Amino acid sequence: MASDLTNQILDALSASDAPILSSEAFPSTPSLNVKSALDRLESRQMVQYETLEKEIVTLTAEGQEIAANGSHEAKVFAVVLAAMDGLKISDLPGIVGKENAKVGQGNAFKRGWIKKDKDLLRASADSIVDETQQQLLAVQKTKTLDDKKVVADLKRRKLIGLAKELAFKITKGPKYAREFVKEQTDLTPEMIANGSWKTAHLKPYNFNAKGAPTPSGTLHPLNKVRQEFRNIFFDMGFEEMPTNRFVETGFWNFDALFVPQQHPARDLQDTFYISDPAVADPPREDPPNEPNPPAQLKADNPLDYKKYWDNVREVHEHGKFGSIGYRYPWSADESLRLVLRTHTTSISTYMLHKLAANPRPARFFSIDRVFRNESVDATHLAEFHQVEGVIADFGLTLGGLIGFMEVFFAKMGIHKLRFKPAYNPYTEPSMEIFGYHDGLGKWVEIGNSGMFRPEMLESMGLPKDLRVYGWGLSLERPTMIKYGVSNIRELLGHKVDLHFIETNPAIRLEKD
Amino acid sequence: MPTISVDKAALFQELGREYTTEEFDELCFEFGIELDEDTTNSDRPIVDGKQEPPQLKIEIPANRYDLLCFEGIALMLNIFLGRNPLPEYKLTQPARMEQIIVKEDTTKIRPYVAGAILRNIKFDQARYASFIALQDKLHQNLARQRTLVSIGTHDLDTVKGPFTYEALPPKDIKFTPLNQTQEMDGEELMNFYEKHQQLGKYLHIIRDSPVYPVIYDSNRTVCSLPPIINGDRSKISLDTTNVLIEITALDKTKLDIVSKMMVTMFSQYTLEPFTIEPVEIVSEHNNETRVTPDIAPRTAEAEVSYINQCCGLSLSPAEICTLLKKMAFRAKPSTTSPDIINVEIPPTRADVLHQCDIMEDVAIAYGFNSLPRAFPNISGTVAQPLPINKLSDIVRVETAMAGWSEVLPLILCSHDENFGWLNRKDDGNTAVKLANPKTLEFQVVRTSLLPGLLKTIRENKHHSVPMKIFEVSDVAFKDLSLERKSRNERHFAAAFYGKTSGFEVVHGLLDRVMAMLKTDFLAEGETPKGDSYYIKELDDPTYFPGHAASIHVRIGGKDKVIGSFGILHPTVLEKYELKYPVSSLELNVEAFM
Repeated sequence: MASDLTNQILDALSASDAPILSSEAFPSTPSLNVKSALDRLESRQMVQYETLEKEIVTLTAEGQEIAANGSHEAKVFAVVLAAMDGLKISDLPGIVGKENAKVGQGNAFKRGWIKKDKDLLRASADSIVDETQQQLLAVQKTKTLDDKKVVADLKRRKLIGLAKELAFKITKGPKYAREFVKEQTDLTPEMIANGSWKTAHLKPYNFNAKGAPTPSGTLHPLNKVRQEFRNIFFDMGFEEMPTNRFVETGFWNFDALFVPQQHPARDLQDTFYISDPAVADPPREDPPNEPNPPAQLKADNPLDYKKYWDNVREVHEHGKFGSIGYRYPWSADESLRLVLRTHTTSISTYMLHKLAANPRPARFFSIDRVFRNESVDATHLAEFHQVEGVIADFGLTLGGLIGFMEVFFAKMGIHKLRFKPAYNPYTEPSMEIFGYHDGLGKWVEIGNSGMFRPEMLESMGLPKDLRVYGWGLSLERPTMIKYGVSNIRELLGHKVDLHFIETNPAIRLEKD
Repeated sequence: MPTISVDKAALFQELGREYTTEEFDELCFEFGIELDEDTTNSDRPIVDGKQEPPQLKIEIPANRYDLLCFEGIALMLNIFLGRNPLPEYKLTQPARMEQIIVKEDTTKIRPYVAGAILRNIKFDQARYASFIALQDKLHQNLARQRTLVSIGTHDLDTVKGPFTYEALPPKDIKFTPLNQTQEMDGEELMNFYEKHQQLGKYLHIIRDSPVYPVIYDSNRTVCSLPPIINGDRSKISLDTTNVLIEITALDKTKLDIVSKMMVTMFSQYTLEPFTIEPVEIVSEHNNETRVTPDIAPRTAEAEVSYINQCCGLSLSPAEICTLLKKMAFRAKPSTTSPDIINVEIPPTRADVLHQCDIMEDVAIAYGFNSLPRAFPNISGTVAQPLPINKLSDIVRVETAMAGWSEVLPLILCSHDENFGWLNRKDDGNTAVKLANPKTLEFQVVRTSLLPGLLKTIRENKHHSVPMKIFEVSDVAFKDLSLERKSRNERHFAAAFYGKTSGFEVVHGLLDRVMAMLKTDFLAEGETPKGDSYYIKELDDPTYFPGHAASIHVRIGGKDKVIGSFGILHPTVLEKYELKYPVSSLELNVEAFM
């Protein structure tokens, strides 16, 4: 019993202040048991100890047998000597056993103890000294053997082995006491009730270890970043758009955005087209609650969808609203093809068109899934989240967009921006937003922005002086940059490591 | 966005100075193109024993066809830097104008054609390579892989006008194609090029048509078989001095743009720079008889007040005109209205459609990053979340607080994952199906959140059990009553994976979420005070028999089934390669709106 051992150790130390050696005081107790008892005593400063390590020689099973009964050759000599007229070689295994006969006969010859006479063995000496047995007996007693040559020889013969033995030099500690009081592992209601807490010794707490893991649920890291973005939008007066609509038409996803029908984005390689259901209806008023239009967007004047459709066709085909248009034959069928939305800008378009019923300043945002028919690799998935913002107001300027972006991105901790002229079919001017990344030491493209084209807005029936900013970025890219995730599949989709989800810290964009 | 590779030393020579990579990057940034790479310090390929000189790889906005070649980039940057005057493109007036006579049958396959001649052009190795590369870039981009427009270029001195543009049965067209030695007819040509790495992909444009478009000279020499290949006879070389450019098309606008780009970019190498010899197109049957190319600048008006308002500036009309000059426009304040400037849009600037494009160029010339910055007025907008998202967040947060981990699988999945593997049958009226997925992973828009949850467990088998995961997100269903023939539905789903079935754990989660949504459990025979829910044993092949329930709510006195939960059937587990039992829950949260 380990607890007995602790008391035995304390007893052994009681005689004097001199150190004791565990190998002497407790020779038969396994050293691991001694160590655990000593550790418990030491943690309470009752003892101090030093670990002594020494190499010892032990006997193998065969070695023990020889120490007890003599070597193989000694056994062979004994029976040969006993056979007065010599011993038939073939009889030897029967008498001493096969193993003794085989090894012992050879060794006895070598040592000159016996000789061969035709088929007989005869003793050549009257008595012998069995050195092997004596060496092994000495080892058994002292656990040491000084002669290196003999060690090597016995080891080769597999009669001895080498091992490490731990011993402990033990002295009294500052809080040495004769008795080891049982440790309590924790404060219990019983101890409080019966007052035993007053005398109880609590097991010392390990301040170097972590506490017990707390079982917890968790939100997904990407959704945590999404919530941070949503909060930024809410702080700045934005209303969330009804993006719960994955399937769009060519009209809402492209044509209404003044994306020409031959634009590469509309290729099969880039856009998911829908085979079933087959074809959409031309734009019309959604039934109520599909999706729920926010109350303040309910139209005062019913919107003329036919007029909108015709305007879009004309502005592409022949030009309108001061634009010369793309001047190509516009196909209604192409416009009625169903697609998985390639951007949430289709929803912004839907919302801006609703705004035409009652044109007024508005701020919209959304963060939702979009679909691209991409080949999947470390930075591309067929699905990702688009963060999108829209501001409609009278007399907006390009400098206002830049100023707004500076405030918006400062809220997520990006303070140095610059803007590059860019091309986008539905915004003019278009600006790519670059942010300086201190960690990477370079400018990184963080989003796209611009003012929606008059061709798009005026087709909806919005007044010419109502200008609209739009900007967008992916949710995944800034998250990957911020948190050093190099593979998008580690962030979105079923291959994400659950452990990563569970241990991902809270998101603080402005601080991280 | 196309990327153009230009010789660094040659470009800097054109620009009249050396730039460091950073300086040139800055210039590109301000102008609105992007330096992708400077290969000076990279491992450059060795061609014909010589290492390629350092290149600048420049990304070009997709609508700036005038920047698709070295000549255009150098010209436009020089104009932007104020080093070059605006070129004045001129058509010559030849004594006898070359003609392309169009036959009516071409309307059956490729109805439009244009022509132009660059006389006394001087090629060298670099110019020649750029001339070929521009055609290639135009073919890839604007011409949509030659489907809409294709270009043929010929040594005019090897053929003789007038030319005819015809459409003939393939068998009747016989010629030796470019760089070949043997003559073949149209059909043979298709077989010959079937496996060709570059040309093979264009054959489909005309292959199955009963007639192929073809351009002949007056000696019945085939100049080209658009949009596939030219004849060998008229091929151009470094020594060619008179180049005939013929362009055929399905789309008139793009034909016009391609013509303009080809001649404006390379007329600078003619004896008298920027002169182009026109070609007369005779095409009476479709009223397309005209002289091409049309390089006259387009005149447009732009409002000073509009430009100033959008840019937040107060520039005078003259100042705006000066800025526009940097962007290759000739502009003059109008003599009739103080708010109007008259802008000449050069043939190179096909991207300008509206005065907003002119306004943008004023802003670029002024410098985006120099524009006066402002914070847009907040015109009393009210922030608000989308109601369904607000509801979802309640369910998400409550479930996470109850000890479940949120996962975010993909919305697209395979047909089997959505149906067969869950022991569900596709009735053809449920799921939205994709027409052109690149892999079988993406065949349908999910109608259930279960496949994503089960795949997430499958990919996380190294995780300790039990695993408790959930998702609140959209699925989509076909709905033919709607404009888009489909609708999303917000679902909540959870799955328990462990050594026990977890049936009661999932049931407990349902109770907890219902409680948080202020929906009481309705025991048999009780009358509910407010909204309530109850469950009933369910026979559903997705679940283990006898261990599944449908979830019913009574909201506003109306009963509705909103989902189900249960122990998943072992055959479902087998399909998803799961070793331990799974209990799952899925319901439509829109009932609680």
